[in-house]
Amino acid sequence: MVRKPTHAGLFAFVLAAGAAALPASAQEMDQLSIMAPAAPGGGWDGTARVMQDVLQSAGIVKTVTVENVAGAGGTVGLAQFAKKKGDGKSLMVSGLVMVGAALSNKAPVQLTAVTPIARLTSEWEALAVPVGSDIKTLADLTAKLKTNPGAVSWGGGSAGGTDHITAALFAKAVGVDPAKINYIAHSGGGEAMASILGGHVTLGINSASELEPQVKAGKLRWLAVTSDKRIAGIDAPTLKELGVDLVIGNWRAVMAAPDLAPADRAKLTSVIDAMVKSEQWRKQLAQRNWLDNYLAGSEFETYLGEENKRVTEILKSVGLVK
Amino acid sequence: MDVLGNLAHGFAVALTPTNLMWSLVGVTLGTAIGILPGIGPALTIALLLPVTYKIDPTSAFIIFGGLYYGAMYGCSTTSILINTPGETGSIVTTIDGNKMARAGRGAAALATSAIGSFVAGIIGTLLLAALAPEVVKLALLFGPADYFALMVVAFAAVSSLLGSSVLRGLVSLFIGIAVGLVGIDQQTGQSRFTFGVLELQDGLGVVLVAVALFAVGEALYLASRPDLRREELVPVKGRAFMTREDWARSWRPWLRGAAIGFPFGALPAGGTELPTFISYKVEKSLARNPDEFGKGAIEGVAGPEAANNAAVAGVLVPLLTFGLPTSSTAAIMLAAFQQYGIQPGPLLFTSNSALVWGLIASLLIGNAMLLVLNLPLVGLWVRLLFIPQPWLYGGIAVFAMLGVYGINRSLVDVAALIAIGLLGAMLRRLDYPIAPVIVGLILGPMSEIQFRRAVQISQGDLSVFATRPISGTLLVVAALMLAGAMAAHWRGRGTVPAQG
Repeated sequence: MVRKPTHAGLFAFVLAAGAAALPASAQEMDQLSIMAPAAPGGGWDGTARVMQDVLQSAGIVKTVTVENVAGAGGTVGLAQFAKKKGDGKSLMVSGLVMVGAALSNKAPVQLTAVTPIARLTSEWEALAVPVGSDIKTLADLTAKLKTNPGAVSWGGGSAGGTDHITAALFAKAVGVDPAKINYIAHSGGGEAMASILGGHVTLGINSASELEPQVKAGKLRWLAVTSDKRIAGIDAPTLKELGVDLVIGNWRAVMAAPDLAPADRAKLTSVIDAMVKSEQWRKQLAQRNWLDNYLAGSEFETYLGEENKRVTEILKSVGLVK
Repeated sequence: MDVLGNLAHGFAVALTPTNLMWSLVGVTLGTAIGILPGIGPALTIALLLPVTYKIDPTSAFIIFGGLYYGAMYGCSTTSILINTPGETGSIVTTIDGNKMARAGRGAAALATSAIGSFVAGIIGTLLLAALAPEVVKLALLFGPADYFALMVVAFAAVSSLLGSSVLRGLVSLFIGIAVGLVGIDQQTGQSRFTFGVLELQDGLGVVLVAVALFAVGEALYLASRPDLRREELVPVKGRAFMTREDWARSWRPWLRGAAIGFPFGALPAGGTELPTFISYKVEKSLARNPDEFGKGAIEGVAGPEAANNAAVAGVLVPLLTFGLPTSSTAAIMLAAFQQYGIQPGPLLFTSNSALVWGLIASLLIGNAMLLVLNLPLVGLWVRLLFIPQPWLYGGIAVFAMLGVYGINRSLVDVAALIAIGLLGAMLRRLDYPIAPVIVGLILGPMSEIQFRRAVQISQGDLSVFATRPISGTLLVVAALMLAGAMAAHWRGRGTVPAQG
């Protein structure tokens, strides 16, 4: 009668020790496939591959495979992913760009068709001018934009993408008709950067992390960043500080298949939660300069609905969505 | 900047046994993917990224650099032997290279292409080492209006690629321009000629169209003409290598090709294809016997092949000095830099000098390796032509389809490949040249986008094309080129028969 509790105590001790040694590595899943709806090399592909690495190395999922389905701002991948109804072992990387692309491509499947799981990261946008520009501050830019919006050419990425959406939202926020902005779309960051550095456009609009090295090298000057708070390592005011009511970032998220059973949804959510809380994930974010902007569950669903509304409205006002 | 001292430092990094091995891995893999139509250096580097992440950045970039150079060596092999460019930078090589191969001079064509690539690769890499920051400053001066004027020059140069009949050549060119319109318009985001097919929104890739027109088109055409299959090819005739005359006719085009290729590569919207068009035009204008172009002129292989390799060195200039990716391969390499937490840009040469100079030195070494690797293979490659044509082209068609399916794993792409392949066979049957289709596909969308950007920035004022010094000068050059071509035509020595 004396021994039994000892056995139970020992058993409990072993359990507790095991749990303490492997806090986040209670393996939650056997197999998971992640779709990157873009070609290898871009931001979505990078997100999918970092997820693969972290989920496996932290022991959260045993085997993770990544599948690339490129095309049309991710909407080719979205259309394929939407067919995996009820599949609890699949995730797709998504983000703001897909919201815009699905709307402006009039894609047969919209982002509302899939099950939102969580927002993971955000890349903040920034406005910058060549150092030689006569625009010194954001107020100079606003004044110029108000007098003659066509004379301000914005150099950024693809039409309807994050840069374009940001430029249009900025115009709207300072009381200029977004339909009048002179937005010059470029394919890929390199081409846009060449236009900005060469002074062929009035200002550049791009992710803060892409503009930063050129500012450091003394080629460009910050006007503002679009984050809610100042970004560490970047000496630029936020739009909010300067009295412009706009916060926008190029967020990346994960989605699950449509018509998911509540248990599967909870499972995938806890897998992502364990990933985001892992040491490996934090290390990868720091190394790649990605900013953590984790938001899960119903809060993310609400956020997604708001973004969808905001993007639809602004794309309508610039004529990309009829 | 002490270039020689830095270069010596670079060689110290590159000549370690491990890095030499990585360089060999890179150039060998590069040669292989260059030969396979459809699979390019961009895709290969992207697929290698997870693997190379385990090794240190300098070694990884030595592999990538070797791979990029190797691909430009390899792609000419199939252009010459089986009239199918492995990469878009070798389209021009098909015109005279394949004619040479059919006449038993395949070995000479392969050799001039390999040695020309070597010479241009060395010159380009040395220019990269010595001039990179200055070249980028000049390249940034090019605005949209100037690019448009440059495209006009390229269009004028294309007149020499059009073939036996100017009318037929122009028809081919416009087919290419029309195909180039498919997809989302970059400036407005509206889709054009996609017929509601989502997969067409990004347009038809140049690689897909090139593989379809050349590889599938050629296979279907030969299948449709049993009489042609009996045509005896002369796999090897006479000496298997370059004659004294071949050397004499090749060295100037190599140097000129290198001089043309490097600056084009360094331009943020240049690329490896444009300089090959220009080089071909220049060689034809300077040749003592321009009538031979299109029938197997060695200059028509030597110049463009040197140009595409020098352009690759040029592409590395804006990438390393400004972090500007100007080709899809450079974009993937930029992603790789960022994966290591390294930001290419004005500070890279000082902050990561071991990496930069190690890479430059290893590119020089890789070039020598490629020459050693490729010259002995010439004899082996030429034996490909001994394979009976139905077998050879059956194999090519299979590889083309696997390659194109492998890029996106999309059946729509395979359907497009077959449809455009049928178009290619039809064009051959009706004696329309093939190369101008690809030229139109490349130049059409580029010139459109630059024109519209220029006019959008100037708010509708067309005078920017004349008032900007670079643009104005280039437009005058284009006008002179066209006038010269017309004058030559009237004198009766105009364009010469050329096919595919």
